[in-house]
Amino acid sequence: MAQQIITAVIAIALAIGLSALFFLGSNYLLDRFLSSDSLSGDAARMKRDNLRESIRPWIFVGPAVVLLLVYLVYPVFASLWYSLLDRNANEFVGLANYAWAFQNPNFLVAVRNNVLWLIFVPTLATGFGLLIAYMTDRLWWGKLARTLVFLPMAISFVGASVIWKFIYDYRGSGEEQIGLLNALVVALGGEPVTWIAVPFWNNFLLMVILVWIQTGFAMVILGAAIRGVPEDTLEAAIIEGANQFSIFFKIVIPQIFGTVVVVWTTITILVLKIFDIVFAMTNGQWDTNVLANFMYDQLFRAGDIGKGSAIAIVIMIAVTPVMLYNIRRARADEQ
Amino acid sequence: MSSHNSSLLAVGGKHLAVFILVALWTIPTLGLLISSVRDKDQLARTGWWTALASSESNEFYRTPTADAQTEQSGQFVIESNIFDVDQGKEVQSWSLRPTDLTAFGAGDTATLDDGSQMTLEKNGDFRWVSNEPFSHSRGQRVFYIAEVPPIFTLTNYKEVMASEGVGRAFINTMTVTLPSTFIPILIAAFAAYALAWMRFKGRMWILAIIVGLLVVPLQISLIPVLRMYTTLGGIFGTEPKSYPGIWLAHTAFGLSLAVYLLRNYMAGLPKEVMESARMDGASHFDVFRTIVLPLSIPALASFSIFQFLWVWNDLLVALVFLGQGEGKTVMTAQLVELLGSRGDNWEILTAGAFITMVVPLIVFISMQRYFVRGLLAGSVKGG
Repeated sequence: MAQQIITAVIAIALAIGLSALFFLGSNYLLDRFLSSDSLSGDAARMKRDNLRESIRPWIFVGPAVVLLLVYLVYPVFASLWYSLLDRNANEFVGLANYAWAFQNPNFLVAVRNNVLWLIFVPTLATGFGLLIAYMTDRLWWGKLARTLVFLPMAISFVGASVIWKFIYDYRGSGEEQIGLLNALVVALGGEPVTWIAVPFWNNFLLMVILVWIQTGFAMVILGAAIRGVPEDTLEAAIIEGANQFSIFFKIVIPQIFGTVVVVWTTITILVLKIFDIVFAMTNGQWDTNVLANFMYDQLFRAGDIGKGSAIAIVIMIAVTPVMLYNIRRARADEQ
Repeated sequence: MSSHNSSLLAVGGKHLAVFILVALWTIPTLGLLISSVRDKDQLARTGWWTALASSESNEFYRTPTADAQTEQSGQFVIESNIFDVDQGKEVQSWSLRPTDLTAFGAGDTATLDDGSQMTLEKNGDFRWVSNEPFSHSRGQRVFYIAEVPPIFTLTNYKEVMASEGVGRAFINTMTVTLPSTFIPILIAAFAAYALAWMRFKGRMWILAIIVGLLVVPLQISLIPVLRMYTTLGGIFGTEPKSYPGIWLAHTAFGLSLAVYLLRNYMAGLPKEVMESARMDGASHFDVFRTIVLPLSIPALASFSIFQFLWVWNDLLVALVFLGQGEGKTVMTAQLVELLGSRGDNWEILTAGAFITMVVPLIVFISMQRYFVRGLLAGSVKGG
């Protein structure tokens, strides 16, 4: 244990030190070897200065560009290529992996579940976030309430899965239930249920976990937007005798709609990549699989590079519209 | 008058509604936390919401054999206490047969078939007296209902830390997380500065690619990068799954968001300050180091919190690029393993889960302000 700690400390120090040294060192070398101080003549100096300052941006962005190319851009093309190869990435099989996927009932279940997740999780997380943000806006204990709702953001998906698995815990009927949900059911006169093994409905029990985690995120961002709604529009509505509901739906929501879309999109992207919760809770059993987990199965359990890559590409294609929209918006911002 | 009343009602309703929502969001974690400090038998038997109430339990005890008898003023006596550890349990009632557990009360004396007499006190002391010497080789069974007070203990944590490899996993997670938080911030800060304040060819392209990469699912990287690591490992004779490998992977996966957020922040800094420094002959490196970096601390802080939480809580990247095993398993992976192997031992799972949550929760609660500020700077823009 002690040795492990020492190794860890040394490794951490080296990693941090070396990466800092790269920037300090390369800037120092640039100034040293392309200095114009020793040159005589303005033209020569100017030329040297221009050369130096045209190299410097690449020292600044270089590491980021290289890492992004190697870890994100190249893999997109490599995965596209692998998805056309067989399980060991040796032989070209054309679209066979895609054909296999779309005829595989488990893949289709995963697609169905992903669609369910995409419909319900962003909607519920954004909806609850909006509701809580609006209701706590002028509450004297609103800050405490918001902190408590925000707290699950810090919890890992695996930790959250343990928390909720405990809530869904099942004991045979007649035994005392230690899972909160079954305890409530029994207290109301019902029979205990093995919640996470009930096909179709169990998907929603898994979604609850992500909604629980993400609502805080939606709440914080929408809360800021609500605070930005001009007072006079609200006051005008109150004077005209509008009630809470119509103020919320007719005055507040239209004014913050742009932010609602941003929050919705962000959670949608997260949902597409969701892996940990399904992996930890059911591992895809009882018809709860989603694409990311199905892909993990193909790659690391079945060891099939072609099929795994094909599923990764399917996920990639699903996020492409969001990606293009993002780029367009960023370019518009820039101009 | 009536409108005044109805608005009071609405205000009360709002408090109640918020209270219910907050309870829904808090109770799951609270249940886990309470369960993790309960005695493991109680945790397995009753719901955590009953943790403060004492419970009843049916138990039995087997007396010592005849060897334990002593002779006291002509009588033969076996004495002991039926509770093996003192947990404040109390005898409610007892019996010599498994049926009819309420035959005798605490303090009562029962007469056995052979004429010997047995007394059981509330605190578990029992005394068995006979005029003839005892000769039994198996103890007599005593059945009883005990009232068990709530027991809170840190035993679950000790057990998890000691025997389930969580301590090791904690160090592994630290080893993954610290460089994976620092390196991307350093790299992103330089890149963000260049993209915000330096003029060079290809700047717009790089920016567009970074924005596009924001949404690329990292699943797509797993196989190509792993194969690359395997090839490199073959060339240099090193393990494909290593700490440097996972540091770089986390760095790259966090980078697009970091560059994007920091660039937006830095582009908003006052132009005049930077331009006058450049006029005075400061190089871009000097401007970055002495002006931009100090001014960007709020944005840097909020991104570091984000990246820290993301890396600490990550499961997938660690499973793929670090794998399992001594000196490698991170806490999330350890917890998944416990879920599989100790799925019914809630004392292990609750304590284990809470240990994985402690550090991110501390970071989150103490730095919440900066985190929120960063979220807002990045998301509301243009919204």
